[in-house]
Amino acid sequence: MANTPERDAVTDAVTGTATTGHEWDGIRELNTPLPKWWLWTFYATIAFAALWVVLYPAIPVTGATGLLGYTARGAADQDRAAQAAAAEPMLARLRAAEPAQIVANAELRAHAIAGGRVAFANTCAGCHGAGGQGAPGFPSLADDDWLWGGKLAEVEQSIRHGIRAPDDDASRTSLMPRFQADGMLTAAQVNDVAEHVLSLSGRATDAAAASRGAGVFAENCASCHGERGAGNREMGAPNLGDQVWLYGGEKAQLIRSIAFGRGGVMPAWEKRLDAATIRMLTVYIHSLGGTEAAAQ
Amino acid sequence: MSRIQKPEAFAPDDREQPLYADRVRVYPQAVQGPVRRAKWIILILCLGLYYLVPWLRWERAPGQPDQAVLVDMEHGRLFFLWLEIWPQEVYYLTGLLLLGAIGIFAATSLFGRVWCGFACPQTVWTDLYMLVERWIEGDRNARMKRDRKPRWNAADWGLKIGKHAAWVLIAALTGGAWVMYFTDAPGLLRDILALQVPMTTLGFIGLFTFTTYLLAGWAREQVCTYMCPWPRFQAAMLDQDSLAVSYRAWRGEPRGKARGAGTGDCVDCRACVNVCPTGVDIREGLQMACINCGLCIDACDGIMAKLGRERGLIAFETVGNLAAAGAATAAIPPGPARCAPGMAARKPAQLLRPRTYFYAAAMALIGGTMLIGLASRHPVGLDALRDRSPLFVRLADGSIRNSYTLKISERRHNPDELAVSVEGLPPGSSWQVLDTTQADPSGRPVITTRPDGLAEYRLFVTTAPHGRPEEESTAVIIRLLSPGDGAERASVGTTFLRPRP
Repeated sequence: MANTPERDAVTDAVTGTATTGHEWDGIRELNTPLPKWWLWTFYATIAFAALWVVLYPAIPVTGATGLLGYTARGAADQDRAAQAAAAEPMLARLRAAEPAQIVANAELRAHAIAGGRVAFANTCAGCHGAGGQGAPGFPSLADDDWLWGGKLAEVEQSIRHGIRAPDDDASRTSLMPRFQADGMLTAAQVNDVAEHVLSLSGRATDAAAASRGAGVFAENCASCHGERGAGNREMGAPNLGDQVWLYGGEKAQLIRSIAFGRGGVMPAWEKRLDAATIRMLTVYIHSLGGTEAAAQ
Repeated sequence: MSRIQKPEAFAPDDREQPLYADRVRVYPQAVQGPVRRAKWIILILCLGLYYLVPWLRWERAPGQPDQAVLVDMEHGRLFFLWLEIWPQEVYYLTGLLLLGAIGIFAATSLFGRVWCGFACPQTVWTDLYMLVERWIEGDRNARMKRDRKPRWNAADWGLKIGKHAAWVLIAALTGGAWVMYFTDAPGLLRDILALQVPMTTLGFIGLFTFTTYLLAGWAREQVCTYMCPWPRFQAAMLDQDSLAVSYRAWRGEPRGKARGAGTGDCVDCRACVNVCPTGVDIREGLQMACINCGLCIDACDGIMAKLGRERGLIAFETVGNLAAAGAATAAIPPGPARCAPGMAARKPAQLLRPRTYFYAAAMALIGGTMLIGLASRHPVGLDALRDRSPLFVRLADGSIRNSYTLKISERRHNPDELAVSVEGLPPGSSWQVLDTTQADPSGRPVITTRPDGLAEYRLFVTTAPHGRPEEESTAVIIRLLSPGDGAERASVGTTFLRPRP
């Protein structure tokens, strides 16, 4: 082959290898041939892909699962079943132990808090907020103010049977009447009793109205909330003298609560969650810091 | 200025070169000499370490593994003699990798690709495989003759099968030894002998058996020339003063017969090419496929000794000296007369250069940082995760509570009792640790660490009803104290948040 100028343009003088014709600052890109085994490796990956298409689901048609019958959903179900089986011994121990016993045992407590955190995010956080911080109308589970009792057994009872849950006969039930809407109190009386309630936490603005409201309170409210407004957990009646307000502590919010009543509903979870999950939820809520010791 | 030329497509010569290259089989010849001896010693050391280290025992606390070097994936611990590294301390591994990388840079700038030629596992195992091949099949000529035969007879088949069987056995030992770094070695051997190896373990042994057999038996120099990225950027480490395996062309050229007139010292016997494990011709100069193993030095020195000529036609030599000797001997006609003035023109290799200072400084910095880190490791570690939901809790009496999850790590193997103290809040503030009943004499809650593990506690910090901090966010320090003498064992800074009034 004659050493023509064309050939020099495409062949690298040092290596004798053809160049691609690309040149950067006088440096030419060599067109080094690939080794044959590289080509065969490439063919092997094609063969692997073909085998894969036959063995595993690759065609987007329902029922085309491949010869092995593998489905991602089936594999996930198997994984979940395996995990459930692996968790079962611990869940059985949690079911068998009272919440107080779980709390007293570091190992059980750690498992219950970890599992309870997940269950809480799934089922409770929608209303009570992540971390149980609560929202207007949905009580905080991290504070020390409990409508129906903050001992572990009481918390568990609330989770199992709910609050005013229509489908559970054991549900905790009470009703804050609609004092003005149902004509029991006039607007002026509602205003007076609201001023009185404000005075219970030291915030009265109108002393005359507050003292007029004391009488209205004694007649209409004290039966549930107590003479001094300290609340009654039997009735789920909140303490009106503390700093925690479920529906807001401003006067306008108090008037609305008195005039039109309140009655939040929580589902009875016993029918939807298994006993171990309810135990774990109870212990998780305990870990938020607001629950009360059984001795109190 | 960069410009890109259009490819001269369809130029007739462009299509003459095949797209894919056939493999040129390399039949390295046996060789003796000081470099080969050094390589044998390094090979024995490397393989000896690799196969024996898993069997070293090390006394540790009861319930701890007694293997000196063990990566315990299941429990997330790395044991190295007296050290126990937790997964949170993976930066020590990062430091080791950095040290390794810079160490190879430094070695390359000093002595060329000595890592590739002497210590790289690919080279060490390929060397071992070639040794076995030579024992079973014979040296270069015998192997070439056999492979060129149109038909193999029974003896040929026997040798080939025997060689591959030996290779697979070595590969299996290699794979088995690898797994032993991740599990108790004697226990694994017992399991293997009892044929009760778990599938995962078997899978890993199989994987490393297969890759060893494939890479050291079949792929060999193809790994170095096509798969490994290191040859591509070694040029950045080499300079005028790097001692790389080089052919002294000023002495050897022009090549010719031993008794020919006007020829250099190279007699073109091709001994250097025949012993090369990657099949290159070192006389073409520094090149990508050369792994700097120096076997051509031994081969050439042997020939030179037989011819009664000076050794060192091929040697560890710097580019600077090659140029200096070339310049000094340019006026002298080729032949033995060039040798003395050429060698005299050389300068000793400059080992201390800016880049080697830089590499040394970088390695000292990283190594020193790791040593300081290891020496100042505390047995007890404390982390405080503030609850972010809710940011704070308003209690019935108007006081404000912040909640924290304390994570307390304990490296020792016996539990420790520590008092929890919180500083930085107004007087009247208090703190409790959930589900602990113990307290020290001043009423601080006392927690118990978990031996060789992480204990989690919930800490609730509460202000007095009318004792809210001045700032919306207050810096607080949580300390773990010895209940006895009140000495601080660990501390962590965090914040306390209160609502806007």
